[in-house]
Amino acid sequence: MDFSLSKKEILFLQMIRAFAEKEVKPLAAEVDEEERFPLETVEKMAKLGIMGIPFPVEYGGAGGDNVLYSMAVEELSRVCATTGVIVSAHTSLCASPIYEFGTEEQKKKYLPKLCSGEWIGAFGLTEPNAGTDASAQQTMAVLEDDHYVLNGSKIFITNAAYANVYIVMAMTDKSQGTRGISAFIVERDFPGFSIGKKEKKMGIRGSATCELIFENCLVPKENLLGKPGEGFKIAMKTLDGGRMGIASQALGIAQGAMDETVKYVKERKQFGKAIGQFQNTQFQLADLDTKIEAARLLVRMAAWKKDRKMPYSADSARAKLFAAETAMEMTTKAVQFHGGYGYTREYPVERMMRDAKITEIYEGTSEVQRMVIAAALLK
Amino acid sequence: MKIVVCIKQVPDTTEIKLDPVTGTMIRDGVPSIMNPDDKGGLEVALTLKDKYGAEVTVITMGPPQADDILREALAMGADRAIHLSDRKFAGADTLATSNAIAGALRMLEYDLVITGRQAIDGDTAQVGPQIAEHLDLPQVTYVEDLEFDGNKTFTIRKSMEEGYQMVQVEAPCVVTVLASANKARYMSVRGIVEAYDREVEVWNFNNIRVDEAKLGLNGSPTRVWKSFTKGAKAAGTLYEVEPAEAVDIIVEKLKEKFII
Repeated sequence: MDFSLSKKEILFLQMIRAFAEKEVKPLAAEVDEEERFPLETVEKMAKLGIMGIPFPVEYGGAGGDNVLYSMAVEELSRVCATTGVIVSAHTSLCASPIYEFGTEEQKKKYLPKLCSGEWIGAFGLTEPNAGTDASAQQTMAVLEDDHYVLNGSKIFITNAAYANVYIVMAMTDKSQGTRGISAFIVERDFPGFSIGKKEKKMGIRGSATCELIFENCLVPKENLLGKPGEGFKIAMKTLDGGRMGIASQALGIAQGAMDETVKYVKERKQFGKAIGQFQNTQFQLADLDTKIEAARLLVRMAAWKKDRKMPYSADSARAKLFAAETAMEMTTKAVQFHGGYGYTREYPVERMMRDAKITEIYEGTSEVQRMVIAAALLK
Repeated sequence: MKIVVCIKQVPDTTEIKLDPVTGTMIRDGVPSIMNPDDKGGLEVALTLKDKYGAEVTVITMGPPQADDILREALAMGADRAIHLSDRKFAGADTLATSNAIAGALRMLEYDLVITGRQAIDGDTAQVGPQIAEHLDLPQVTYVEDLEFDGNKTFTIRKSMEEGYQMVQVEAPCVVTVLASANKARYMSVRGIVEAYDREVEVWNFNNIRVDEAKLGLNGSPTRVWKSFTKGAKAAGTLYEVEPAEAVDIIVEKLKEKFII
């Protein structure tokens, strides 16, 4: 067993940390305040290969792996959770399913553009009446000649307003239940496709979360991803990877809040000494640090297993469950340690607290993660 | 065009802490980095490569762990890396160091040799100029901007104490670059992934043609008479902003630290 980082991983952390500190952190408050999608950051990340980390060079990727990708999402989220989720949704929810389930033609057509960051990716599964019960899909796809005709809508879609390609689930045979769901690769300019209203959110406010609307949307037959009826399976497998990404995001948020708190408790003086010298502060921080480190091990293991093509569904669920709950606890306590200052926008911890909450909800709520873990346990 | 960039691994002096009792440097756990001026020099080379096409070779002299900065240079976009490593090179002062590097350069083809102005550990600014002297090449020091005419001539803005000079120089030549000349690029992800699979050529005494008496401790006339520690000072943060904004930042920082 070896817990040490490789030379390559150390070099990668050196780069991504410097990038996050110098290019991402200075924009984080503004991106949140103005609900602004940081396109300039995406362009910078694209140039460095951050939009295609775990994909082979032959498809335009950086030739890295999921451990590096997970580290990237963690380090970006440590300073800006919006930037973290942009990369996570793009990589795990759009490029990944094309890479894992796409035909050679689909991979050659879409991956180079996604990996180079020329195109941004998104994923549409959730509907107004199909959230945790994702099987209740109402978006329909009907094959007519050489096109599928899609009708319906998707909600809460990360990156939606700026994406160029979407992985979309739709019902092709309602009588088959979940086995009647199929997956499609939808391009932004396909006829009948449009972007609906943008959500006003509590956190990750720069990530441009919108509705996707399909009105007799024409999707070429060759844009079916996988076989007809495989959509639900593809969605679930895609979410296994996505959860590893969100777990990395949650871990980053928690670490970011810890960094801020450590800095603050060393400086803030009350009753004649720094508040970090009080044992109450020390014990709380020690517990939180232990949880963050435990979350990190869970996250790294899930990524490591995915790289080795080992089953990792339950690992990913555990990592996301624990990292998300740790992020929520850490950020809530970070605000408490900062007192009144923490409640203001002068300090980043209130933003981190708002950002942390979504990690317990999207790509499967914490309750869904418990269902996945229990199912693996009791099977 | 062939460019050779000389780089050095140094302790990250912004991370160095001082022992509050003895006042000496605590070197344990201090990360090693590519010297900032050298990184600025590498960026000059890579910018020329982007614009005109060039083969960029990086070279360093140092212990085995100096390999890390060569990998970093490869990940930034350098084409070839050479590591001068031999016990005979150890204990070198600036003269012995420049003798070894000049010896290696004699074995290479180049149109332009770039070094950083100075290293943050020694602060001598001697190695670059000495290399130029050994090789009998024209040199321009304190470079903050460099333009190439695409043929043979470099037009250089050279920093002076109170202002700058514009000079022209023809290849082959040596220039020493300031970190402030540019914003060095980040390593690319693909560059990082491939960096440790690429070859770093390790050259020892036998690879260069230099009299052994001119190398290492034997070739070092410098003797350290006394060293002292400057007063402790935390790393600062630099803001380049208009005066009005600077006032706001200062007030905000003082409030943050509960000083006002």
